[in-house]
Amino acid sequence: MTSTRSLLRASGLGKTFGSGAALVRAVDGVDLDVAPGETVAIMGPSGCGKSTLLHLLGGLERPSGGTIELAGQPVGDRSERALAHLRRTAIGFVFQGFYLMDELTAIENVELPGLLAGRSPKAARTRARDLLRQVGLADRSGFLPSALSGGQRQRVAIARALINQPMIVLADEPTGNLDSTATVEVLRLFEALHESGQTLVIVTHEQRVAATADRLISMRDGAFVDETRMTGGSRGNLAKLIGLGGA
Amino acid sequence: MVFLVIAAAATTLTVAFALSGVTNKPYQQTRLATAGPDVVAIEGGSPGPAQPMSSAQVAAAATSLTKAPGVVAHSGPYPTAYSAIRFRGHTVDVVAEGRDQAPAPVDQPKVTQGGWIRPGTVVIERGFADALGVHVGDNVRIGGRSFRVAGIAVTAAIPPYPSSLCHIACPFPAAVQGIGVPNMGLVWLTRSAVAGLAGSGGPLAYLLNLKLANPAQAPAFAAQHPNSITWESIQSAINALIGIEQAALGVGGWLLGLLALAGLGVLAGRRMTEQSKRVGLLKAVGATPATVAVVLLVEQLTLAAGAAAAGLVAGWLIAPALTGTGAGLVGAPGAPSISVSAVIIIAAIALAVAAISSLVPAIRAARTSTVSALADAPRVPSRRPLVNAVSAHLPVPLLLALRQLSRRPRRALLNTASITTTVTGIVAILASHAHTPIADLTISNLKLDRFNELTAIITVMLIILAAVNTTFIAWATAADGRFSSALERALGATTGQVTAGLSMTALLPALPGAIIGIPLGIAVYHLLSSGTTLAVPPVWQLVGTFLATLLAVTVLTAIPSRLGARRSPAQVLQTE
Repeated sequence: MTSTRSLLRASGLGKTFGSGAALVRAVDGVDLDVAPGETVAIMGPSGCGKSTLLHLLGGLERPSGGTIELAGQPVGDRSERALAHLRRTAIGFVFQGFYLMDELTAIENVELPGLLAGRSPKAARTRARDLLRQVGLADRSGFLPSALSGGQRQRVAIARALINQPMIVLADEPTGNLDSTATVEVLRLFEALHESGQTLVIVTHEQRVAATADRLISMRDGAFVDETRMTGGSRGNLAKLIGLGGA
Repeated sequence: MVFLVIAAAATTLTVAFALSGVTNKPYQQTRLATAGPDVVAIEGGSPGPAQPMSSAQVAAAATSLTKAPGVVAHSGPYPTAYSAIRFRGHTVDVVAEGRDQAPAPVDQPKVTQGGWIRPGTVVIERGFADALGVHVGDNVRIGGRSFRVAGIAVTAAIPPYPSSLCHIACPFPAAVQGIGVPNMGLVWLTRSAVAGLAGSGGPLAYLLNLKLANPAQAPAFAAQHPNSITWESIQSAINALIGIEQAALGVGGWLLGLLALAGLGVLAGRRMTEQSKRVGLLKAVGATPATVAVVLLVEQLTLAAGAAAAGLVAGWLIAPALTGTGAGLVGAPGAPSISVSAVIIIAAIALAVAAISSLVPAIRAARTSTVSALADAPRVPSRRPLVNAVSAHLPVPLLLALRQLSRRPRRALLNTASITTTVTGIVAILASHAHTPIADLTISNLKLDRFNELTAIITVMLIILAAVNTTFIAWATAADGRFSSALERALGATTGQVTAGLSMTALLPALPGAIIGIPLGIAVYHLLSSGTTLAVPPVWQLVGTFLATLLAVTVLTAIPSRLGARRSPAQVLQTE
C-alpha cells in the first residue's frame, strides 16, 4: 500500500500568531511523514490547529518554526513565487467552503488552475472535461455553482484540485458543509482517489472520513497526541457500516 | 471623498459665476475720475486702406455730432495714428492719440505717475506701460522718433491694454480677414507729433468724446450715428478680459463635475455594499424597498448639500485672487458677488451629481432580499462567457484582469469616463495654447498670462481629482477582489501575477479613455473658441499626455494592487 519513502515530511513544525501575552501557538512542534499513495486523516476538536497545519503544508501560510519537505525539496523557506509554482504543480487543495468562482461554470472552475499553470486553453478544457466525467458531473459541466448541490460543488472542487496532477491533495474538512448523502458521495470519491494511488491528507472532525484513511492522527492544542494505523483502510468492515463499498 | 469631489466641482463653478461683471465697478470709478465719455465717435476708422480726411470734413462731422440732441458736452476731435513703439528691444503696435496740453472737459486721462504731455514727450496708458515695463523718464521711440515718457495715465474712453483697440480703426489685413486681432497699446502725444507720425496723408482717424444728458441713452445714440461706441461696449471689452477666464472656469467646472460623477459612482456602490446589513435590518422591521432607497439617497444628498455649501464658500473666498483687473483701471473690483440663481444652480448640480451616481446602487440595495442583506452575502458578479473564453488565451495577468473587470463592468466604465474627462480637459488646454494669438509675446500679455495661470490651476485640479478617482477605484477593486485574488493565489497564481492583474484592471479601462480624450479635447476647444481653423497641439504633447496618463494610472494603482495581493491567502479565505 505505501512506500517507506516520504513524499511529504514536516519536522518540528510550528505556527504562532500574536505576541507577548496574546501569543497563540496554533501549531506546536508537529512531525509528520506521509508516504506516496498514503491517505492520512488528521482529527481534532475545533480550534486545535488542523486547518492551520494544512495551510502550512500547502504553502498558504509561512511556518514560524520547523521545516517542511515535499518530495525531498524544502518548502517552508521558499519564495512566494516558488510556493505558487508548488501549488500549481505539486499540491491540490480542497476547501470546506468549496471556494468556487460564482461567475464561472463547473468546467471553467476546474480548468482555472490549469490555465494558471500555463496549459493551453484546449488542453486545460480537455483535462477538465475528463475530470468532471470521473467525478460523475459530465452532464453538469456548463452549470454555475449556484445551480449545483453542495455535494456536486465539492466534487467540482476535487476535480479542480486534480487538474494539474498534483503529488498530494490536501483537503480541509471536505465534508464539513455537506449533508449525509453528499458526504457519502464525496467519501466515495476520496476512496477512488486513494485506490488510484493519490496521496491524500484530509483534515476532518468526522469519523466516517477518518475511516477511509490509512492512518489517523489525533491533534489537540496544536500538537499531535495520537496516531493509529487503520487496518486495510477503507477496505474493512467499518467502511461497509458507514455506507461505503468495502472489500 | 464624496465631500471632496463635489466641493471641488462646486468651488470651480462658483468662481466662474463670481467673475461675472467683476470689472464693472473699477470701470465706473475710472469713468468718474476721468470724466469718461458716454459715446466715442470715430471718423475715418473703417477697415481697409486708410482714407485721409480733410480738416473741413472733420469739422463738419464733429459739428453734426456735437449739435445732436442729447449731447451736453464734448472733447476733440482728436487725431489718431497707427505706429509702433520700440523700448528695450521690444517692438509693439500702438495707437497714438494727439491731445492738447490743456485739460479736456470730457475724457481727460487721469495721470497716475508723472505729468501730462508736453512737446517731445509721450504719456502711456497704464496697462500698456505695465506690460512694456516702461517708467516715467524713460526714452522710447515711436515711428522712428524719440520721445521721453512724461507720465502714465488711465482712461475710460478706450479699453486698456491688452485689448485690441480695433474698434477704432483697424488697417491690419489680418483683422480684415477675421484671422485675429493684434493687441495694441495706447499712447498720448501732442497733436503735432501725431500729425508727424501719420505722414503727409494726415492721421487715419479722429476721436470725438461725447457726454449725454442721459448716459442710458448711449445705445440709442450710437444706433443713430454709425462709427460710434458706447461706454457699455467699452465696459464689455474690459469684461472680456475676465470673460475668457469665466469660460475656462465654466468648462473646468463642468469637467470636474463629470469627474465627480465618475468617482461618486464607485463610492456610492461601495458604500451601499457596506450598508447591506443595515438595509436588511430596515427591511426586516417593515421598510419598503422605496423607503430603503430613499433613506440611502437622502444620506448621499445631505452630504452633497454640505459639499456644495463648502464649495460655494471656498469659491467665494478664492474668487478675489482671480478678479484683479490689471493696471488699466483705477479702483479695486471689491468682493465678488454670487447671485441667488448661481447658488441655486450650483447646489442643484451638486445634488444631481450625487443623486445620479447613487441611484442605481440604492435601487439595487433596496431590491436585495431581506435574508441576503442580513447575511451580508456578497453580490454574485455578472457572468461574461465571452470574456472568460477570450481571457483563457491570454497571459495570466491579463486573464485575471479581464475576469476581474467583467465582475464589475460599471466600475470599469466609470474609470474610463474619469480618464476621458481628464485627458479631454488637458488636451483642450493644450489646444488653447497652440492657438497662439497674434501678439507680441515677448512682452507681458496680461490676458495670456492670466489665461495660462488659470488653465494651469484647472489642469492641476483635474489631475488631482482624477488621481483621487483612480486610486480609490484601485482600492475598491483590490478590496472587492480580495477573495478571488486569494483563491487565485491558492490555486497557483503568483503574487506578482495577481498584483499585475489588479493593476491592469485600472490600466485597461484607462487606455480607451486616454485615446478618446485626445480628439474630444481638440473638439471641445474648437467648439468653445468658435474658431474656423482646428487648433491641434503638437504631436509630442499629445503622445506625452497619453503616455503620462498611462504611467500615472500604473503608479497610482501599484500600491493598492500590491497591498491587495500580499495578505496570506489562507487568512483571506478563512475571513471571507
